[in-house]
Amino acid sequence: MNEVALDLERLRQEIGEVPDPEVPVLTIADLGVLRSVEEVAGRVVVTITPTYSGCPAMSHIAERIAVVLDMHGVEGDVRTVFSPAWTTDWMSDDGRRKLTEYGIAPPHRAPVGDVLVAIRPPVHCPRCGSADTRLVSEFGSTACKAHYSCRSCSEPFDYFKEL
Amino acid sequence: MMTTTTTPLIRFLLRTADDNLVLAQRLGALLARMPELEEDIAVANVCLDHLGQARSLYAHAAILEGLGRSEDDLAMLRDERQFLNATLVEQPDVDFAHTIVRQFFVDAYQVPFYDVLCGASDPVLAGIAEKAVKEARYHLRRSATWVVRLGDGTEESHDRTQAAVDLLWRYTGDLLALDEIEETLVADGVLPSLDGVRGVFDATVASVFAEATLTLPTDPYQRLGGRAGVHTEQFGHLLPEMQRLYRSHPGARW
Repeated sequence: MNEVALDLERLRQEIGEVPDPEVPVLTIADLGVLRSVEEVAGRVVVTITPTYSGCPAMSHIAERIAVVLDMHGVEGDVRTVFSPAWTTDWMSDDGRRKLTEYGIAPPHRAPVGDVLVAIRPPVHCPRCGSADTRLVSEFGSTACKAHYSCRSCSEPFDYFKEL
Repeated sequence: MMTTTTTPLIRFLLRTADDNLVLAQRLGALLARMPELEEDIAVANVCLDHLGQARSLYAHAAILEGLGRSEDDLAMLRDERQFLNATLVEQPDVDFAHTIVRQFFVDAYQVPFYDVLCGASDPVLAGIAEKAVKEARYHLRRSATWVVRLGDGTEESHDRTQAAVDLLWRYTGDLLALDEIEETLVADGVLPSLDGVRGVFDATVASVFAEATLTLPTDPYQRLGGRAGVHTEQFGHLLPEMQRLYRSHPGARW
């Protein structure tokens, strides 16, 4: 029993290291996309949840997980769940730090209530740290990002939007 | 042969999926044709969200149906009369104002609609809705911002946006009218009451239009029929374009 538990823990570690193909500086563990690695009736069940309904990275991530399972000679399945819905609040502190270093402003806490009137705190420029930034577009290079520009250092940058 | 969709839940899943798929098809056709690069990216992202929601809903409907049809079969092998989407989403992109107003009406509806669906007794449907409502809220933020910017913009942008409102308003009835499918699902305890959706939609439209200096048409006419598979002419052009590849090359893989 102990041996199985240890193996699962190591497996969880390795699966967690699978990078997000669109933001490769983050792993699926950093993002909170990896929900659990369990043993069910002799098979390993890996549960993941998409960041967005149409996230094109999901099938790629599932394939990468299958490769990890295969390398360990483990029989398993990758299961996708929608509930509880993914939130950027699940992103690890380590993930937030790595994002900033990569040049992407990390997400604020997820909004509650009416989004049309919600006051959005300033997004800090990941390059110079200035709060004097402006929203260029609600949508950036991927579904999970918005496009900003810094008025202090003139750098355009992505903001990993809170969800 | 006309496929009769068996249960109210399957029919409800299909029409919700159809709303999203048909809108995604319209939005996808705008790629590389939007007025600025940022909007091109935005429309691609919104399109992808709607497509993702459609896929999840079709996949779930296919499982419940148990006829061996895949999500692709449901999207690509049904005929016009079998599509149950609101006629609003099939309306063409006359100009940017039409694209934005159509999106705004959909977003203002989907936010309270998915909010209710989060309480569905079917856990898969509730999970899809929990995901989708977050996306709808974000979509609404963009479309409402644009409605205000265009409506309260120049004379030209105001007039075009008002023209889009005057044309598209009559197609919102399909989204908002409650019919026997919803009544059955509510009565059976599958869905919580949808009675509040209309009020939230109306309040959103009223507050955004007030800021945008736009008015609702005084003509109360609403064109219903989409939920029964009776579409506008526009849909007859959209559908074959969407389905042609799949139907011409059955079973083709990348």
